[in-house]
Amino acid sequence: MPLIIAENVQKDYQAGEITVKALKGLSFEIEPASFVSFVGPSGSGKTTLLNLIGCLDKPTVGKLTVSATDVLHLDRKQSASFRGANIGFIFQDFNLLPILTVYENIEYPLLMVQSAPASERKKRVTALLEAVGMIEQKDKYPDQISGGQKQRVAVARALVTNPKLVLADEPTANLDHKTAYMVIELMKKMRDEFKTTFIFSTHDQKIVGEAEILYTLEDGELTGRQVRGGKGNG
Amino acid sequence: MGNLFKIAIRNLLRYKRRTLLTASLITVGVVFVLVFISVSGSFKNMMVGSITDSMLGHMQVHKKGYVASIENLPLNLNLNPGAVTRLENVLDKELEIMAYSPRIKFGGMFSNFMETTNIRLNGIYPEKELKTVPLLASRVIDGKKVLDKGGIWIPELLAKGMKVKVGDTIVVVATNKDGSVNGKQFVVAGVLESATGPGGRDGYVHMEDAMEVLRMEGMEISEVAIRLKDFGKLNAFSKKLAGLLSKEPGKEGKPIFEVHTWEKLTPFYNIARMIDVMTFFIKLMLIAIVLISIMNVMIMAVYERIREIGTIAAIGTLPAKILNMFVIEGFCLGIVGAIIGNIAGIVIIFILNLSKITFNFGQQQGLILQANVNPADIIAISVTVIIVSVIASLQPAFKASRMEPIKALRHV
Repeated sequence: MPLIIAENVQKDYQAGEITVKALKGLSFEIEPASFVSFVGPSGSGKTTLLNLIGCLDKPTVGKLTVSATDVLHLDRKQSASFRGANIGFIFQDFNLLPILTVYENIEYPLLMVQSAPASERKKRVTALLEAVGMIEQKDKYPDQISGGQKQRVAVARALVTNPKLVLADEPTANLDHKTAYMVIELMKKMRDEFKTTFIFSTHDQKIVGEAEILYTLEDGELTGRQVRGGKGNG
Repeated sequence: MGNLFKIAIRNLLRYKRRTLLTASLITVGVVFVLVFISVSGSFKNMMVGSITDSMLGHMQVHKKGYVASIENLPLNLNLNPGAVTRLENVLDKELEIMAYSPRIKFGGMFSNFMETTNIRLNGIYPEKELKTVPLLASRVIDGKKVLDKGGIWIPELLAKGMKVKVGDTIVVVATNKDGSVNGKQFVVAGVLESATGPGGRDGYVHMEDAMEVLRMEGMEISEVAIRLKDFGKLNAFSKKLAGLLSKEPGKEGKPIFEVHTWEKLTPFYNIARMIDVMTFFIKLMLIAIVLISIMNVMIMAVYERIREIGTIAAIGTLPAKILNMFVIEGFCLGIVGAIIGNIAGIVIIFILNLSKITFNFGQQQGLILQANVNPADIIAISVTVIIVSVIASLQPAFKASRMEPIKALRHV
């Protein structure tokens, strides 16, 4: 069964008296353990779509099912719980909490969202620190590590709750090409290891090639879909 | 919960200068209130103690209607011997009473054989009086601290004005309730330091001498001053005694006694009330300081951390937990301010006491300020600060918890 089913998803914004159609009736399906990218120029609706899939926003029209849940009918608290249980986020600006160490940033979702026991937290966090190659920096604070390292920590944080889906909005936008490539490779490796679906948006053509399924968005419409092999077959 | 505290404390330490300033503001407020409460409270207690222990007693019983005319010292409103006996029978049974003292209060003329002036006098049984108002003896600044028959204690101002000293013979002339005039010679046994409050410039003679001057056949007393074992039970016992005495009606079936606590007998009670009102407003100021400073710092904290709030909300942190994070920050600020403020306040009060600051109260000169810290005040101030801190954090915390993650993440 597909992890994500979008049926005629439309999102309108009100800008003064003008209604802006950010997404114009998108329909698609994404299978579990896929490595998917949405590409398109700025303003094409990538971030809006990721926000809808991530239950941070709701479609104006249409039906969106994520992990067999109709996200349209979730209230504020249910949305938060759903995100905490099913979705990991990787942000363009890393968004690590500056008062927490690398270890604590990764531990945060287990501690504050899922209230996991200490032994499980330690096991999961240590495993991910090793997986993303940040075990040596675990006691450092975000302002003591590089941008690439921050994004590695963000990847680990997104995966620590063992989510079905990780959403990454322009995860490489603030990284140099080499580091960006490494982060994408890391995400791919994590997908292989944890069988997690990764969906990321980008407008970086060099990174686009790393996606196994590529959706092209233009002016809020899906204009293309390419399958480049790999495990995804959405 | 421990993790929420850890995060809150780290967030507070993140803006050290701002946290320090806010905590300092709360600290200053707490210190100010604690010192004010201790000093004003000690001043009040000392004055109340001075008035009740050297003049009034804790409470008094009079014939009904006497207090309304107390300025005239009306002898026709004295309790007759039968009523006095009934009253004493009631008082003797009450275990809460430490001592009581019957008094005849009257006005007269005081003569040193060359000059004459007015005097207000109390006829007392010295032993009973000194048990009821133990500080009276300490007001005898010259002469004997024991009042025998034929002796008189006169107020300091009168002694100076009439150039009378201990051992001199004087004459007291008074009119009794029937209108006849009588006089009696006394020897000045002591000079009393003047005190602020009712009776602070009265003289004292022995009860039997007063009865002789006033030509009383039986003891007709103006009032009975009462001292309780526990001053804290004053109001409760006053009600109890009033109830007991209401069961002792006069010939016409109407009550003959009235009971008054010290508050009803001295205008100083209004000063004491004023001190309480001032203390209340000082406490309000503290609440305002804490409320505004914490609210300000928390509003700033929420504004500066909008993206972080968006991040933790996106990750799945429940709104209630986000609210708790910010409330706990305010709570911690309040705790720190209260603890440091109380410690600093206690130190300042200790230093004030070491400095032996003196002040004057009416005729009393050079009273040493002895401020006491009441643990109940410390607890009340701390609890107030902490509760107000939490209340002040609620609005910003609520705003943070209601923030849309998508908007918060977009915040620049």
